[in-house]
Amino acid sequence: MRRFRAIYIIWLRDLKRHFRDKARIFGSLGSPIIFIFILGQGLGSSFALGGLGGFDYKQFMFPGILGMTVLFAGIFASVSIVWDREFGFLKEMLVAPVPTWTIALGKVISGATIAAFQGVLMLLLAPFAGVHISPLLIAELLPMMFLVAFSMTGMGVLLATRLKTMQGFQMVMNFFMMPMFFISGAMFPLKNAPTWLDSLSHIDPLTYGVDAMRTIMLPHFQSRYPLGMDILVVGLLSAAMITVSVTAFSRQA
Amino acid sequence: MEEDATAENLFGQPGEAAQAGAGAIIEVERLTRDFDGLRAVDEVSFTVGRKEIFGFLGPNGAGKTTTISMLCTLLKPTTGRGVLNGYDIITQQDEVRQSIGIVFQDPTLDDQLTARENLEFHAMLYNVPRNERDERASRVLKMVGLSERGRDKVETFSGGMKRRLEIARGLMHYPHVLFLDEPTIGLDPQTRSSIWEHVHELKQQYDITVFLTTHYMDEAENCDRIAIIDHGKIVALDTPGNLKHSIGGDIITLHAVDAEAARDEIKEKFGFEAGVIEGAGEAKAPAEKSIRLEVPNGRTVLPQLVRQLSTEIMSVSVREPTLDDVFLNLTGRQIREESADKMKNMMRRRMRARGMRR
Repeated sequence: MRRFRAIYIIWLRDLKRHFRDKARIFGSLGSPIIFIFILGQGLGSSFALGGLGGFDYKQFMFPGILGMTVLFAGIFASVSIVWDREFGFLKEMLVAPVPTWTIALGKVISGATIAAFQGVLMLLLAPFAGVHISPLLIAELLPMMFLVAFSMTGMGVLLATRLKTMQGFQMVMNFFMMPMFFISGAMFPLKNAPTWLDSLSHIDPLTYGVDAMRTIMLPHFQSRYPLGMDILVVGLLSAAMITVSVTAFSRQA
Repeated sequence: MEEDATAENLFGQPGEAAQAGAGAIIEVERLTRDFDGLRAVDEVSFTVGRKEIFGFLGPNGAGKTTTISMLCTLLKPTTGRGVLNGYDIITQQDEVRQSIGIVFQDPTLDDQLTARENLEFHAMLYNVPRNERDERASRVLKMVGLSERGRDKVETFSGGMKRRLEIARGLMHYPHVLFLDEPTIGLDPQTRSSIWEHVHELKQQYDITVFLTTHYMDEAENCDRIAIIDHGKIVALDTPGNLKHSIGGDIITLHAVDAEAARDEIKEKFGFEAGVIEGAGEAKAPAEKSIRLEVPNGRTVLPQLVRQLSTEIMSVSVREPTLDDVFLNLTGRQIREESADKMKNMMRRRMRARGMRR
């Protein structure tokens, strides 16, 4: 009861902070929108890309950009532990009579909630990319987004145990988040990709997340893996990330 | 919810501490902490009584914060033991934490939340029953004079208001001991004295033990008892009055053209042991030296001193001993200048860190 309450209040605080920060809510939609409507439009009308499965480029890339939204929002939300450390608030949590793992778990859950919310916000723009959405589709996608978000926030919390200041976040962005995003096949079909890229994509968790979202969103799209496998891989990965990150955080704090 | 009930019984309401009778609320035995071979706290032993205002006085780096961190279970002692409110600080962390409130040196508020939301957050983590949260928040806010600002975001608060809010927050779960680590650091004199008013009020209203650290000598006088700590060791522990009496008399500070000569002459003619202080205290220019001596009765010694010294004297003063003198006596150093300089450096460093962040 007490632990549950600790997780709940940590979750609630992060959500309050997020929803109060209108600039962050809409600002973080900036780059996905640019990707779809400028890059998507521009590339789509200049190149004929193979392996799109009969969809136009904007439609093809939309689920990928959705994956990117969840990836960035998830990691950013959970790395906020580093901010909490810098601004002292982490101490208030660490000295409370609750186990440390509740803090980490609260952060993972709040980060996933925020990331999934940002994903839903992004989904509302789907019609502009020529992707049909319905309440049913959102209901189908939501669990998948949560699943992807959990693996991302797990990683975020794990990173936060290593990062001492926010200045190190640039490194994470360039050497971790961006490669993960590009290798996942979010922006281009992996069908014609060189072997090294193809092999890397198999170990990129986001590949499975994006593949699942594409399967759900684009009817009759020939997916890379069966949907069941996508869900299994992302699910297992999320469980592993959460366990590892919560343990690591408890140990160092 | 059952857990709540037991927790409530276990940790109790204010007033219970007093009923439990006198006796120690904190007992520390040979507490030691090393950092990479450096001994920050060295076999410290002391007890703090219930409802006492207990002060840790010493320069920065003396081991005050390290000791507090160990008592708050944030840091494991290298050796030694401690008991707080009947709970072992090593094996009964949660119980100890529930028994204490802490105000750290650096702010630990979420400034994107309102004052009340910060209190609510704390209340949830510390198991305050739901139906009491609002009422307690109002009560503690009122006590620190922030009733009107409860719904405002903390980012709009001044430094003093934030500190007061932190004290209020530390009281939300009715702790038995409130730790204040340098509660007045970086605050203006007016805010400082208002913080002290609150601390005294606390003791009356909440039956609480206050454990604080400070390097301001004048503020330490507010404590019931003081432990003077230097290089990780307690060098003296007593009431401020007794500590000052230990000096035995008055302090004469003398500013002479040739300080060393004056010192030797005083020793020869009066038999008093005087110390030369480089550019410290009452000396006008930093390069000049003054001498300082303790005498049993300043008012009778001073006129003779002035009359009989052949060395030219520029200024002379007599006063009752302060805790500064006690510290100087015990350690051979003055706390004031040293810590003032360090403070300035620290503030500068902090400002720089903040500048980089933005």
